[in-house]
Amino acid sequence: MSANIVYAILVTSLATFLSRFLGALTSEGIKETSKLFKWFNCLAYATLAALIARTIIFPAGVLVDASYSSRFLVVLLSLVVFFISKKNFVYPTIFSAICMAILNNYI
Amino acid sequence: MINKNFFFKGYRSIFTHDSPAIALTCCFIAIGALFKNLGFNIQESIFSTVLTYALPGSLVMAESMLIGASLLNIFLAVWFVNARLYPMAVSLFPLMMHKSQPKWKYYFSCHFIAVSAWLIMKSNYKKIPKEYRIDYWIGIGSATVSVSVIGTFIGFSFSEYLNKDMMMGLAILNPVYFLCMMVGASKTIPVALSVLLGTILGPIIYLFSPEWSILLAGVIGGTIAYLVGEHSVS
Repeated sequence: MSANIVYAILVTSLATFLSRFLGALTSEGIKETSKLFKWFNCLAYATLAALIARTIIFPAGVLVDASYSSRFLVVLLSLVVFFISKKNFVYPTIFSAICMAILNNYI
Repeated sequence: MINKNFFFKGYRSIFTHDSPAIALTCCFIAIGALFKNLGFNIQESIFSTVLTYALPGSLVMAESMLIGASLLNIFLAVWFVNARLYPMAVSLFPLMMHKSQPKWKYYFSCHFIAVSAWLIMKSNYKKIPKEYRIDYWIGIGSATVSVSVIGTFIGFSFSEYLNKDMMMGLAILNPVYFLCMMVGASKTIPVALSVLLGTILGPIIYLFSPEWSILLAGVIGGTIAYLVGEHSVS
């Protein structure tokens, strides 16, 4: 293995584990019925939603080359499939991949 | 040690009809292909998936390496993007804490905190006796990591067959899957409002502060949603 790549992987995993471990450590004194727990629950959902929205609107990697309109259309149509399929997670997910690959050629 | 029944119950939870296994595999196929393009070998790719096990963090590492960033820069960039794991851990571990369980299980299994595993646990924890939730959680985490490793291996091995359109398809799959899971989880006012506000605030704050956008949107959106939830209860 190349030393630079191994160091990068180790640094990345350390930076990732730090948040996880601190979370596990500080949650020891928190009861699931407490207000602090409820607040953190809201924080977690809002943070995740922000991350997902950012990934779609300001993406990194190959999605940068897909137009805004194609990304929005795929997400919108996938949500329609999600509700039509009675909130099944797999159908809209597979649909989104196929739809994105096709739309990218036309939009 | 680990209760096998609950461990395997957790492990099997990703093989249900609405399982995250397909989405997760596809996302890590994209990551595996990206690693190969970056010059990683197969051992390094799998090593990275197992040790990091967080898609945004892996993407940030890859991008940072592409521009030749220093190790300190990589550390800070990944820490910022993965800081969301802290509130995720704090909002999950109290549901699994039990005095009969040794602490090492919690410290070890915090590595499995990631969106897929977290959402599966959040949807199913009530069905599991509190004493065994940690074993169930370790089962979920082991299964999602296994699937991620398989995806990385496939992506690395078949990267030359993946054209740009296919890579785009794989890249959109992850946010769409998480979005559907979040919408599905929005069953109470505070959670629904948290998701809505996070979705709106995340991109808006990104325009002013890309590094802090996720954290700020989470804190502002989550706090407003919490206060509205408390007010509606009272």
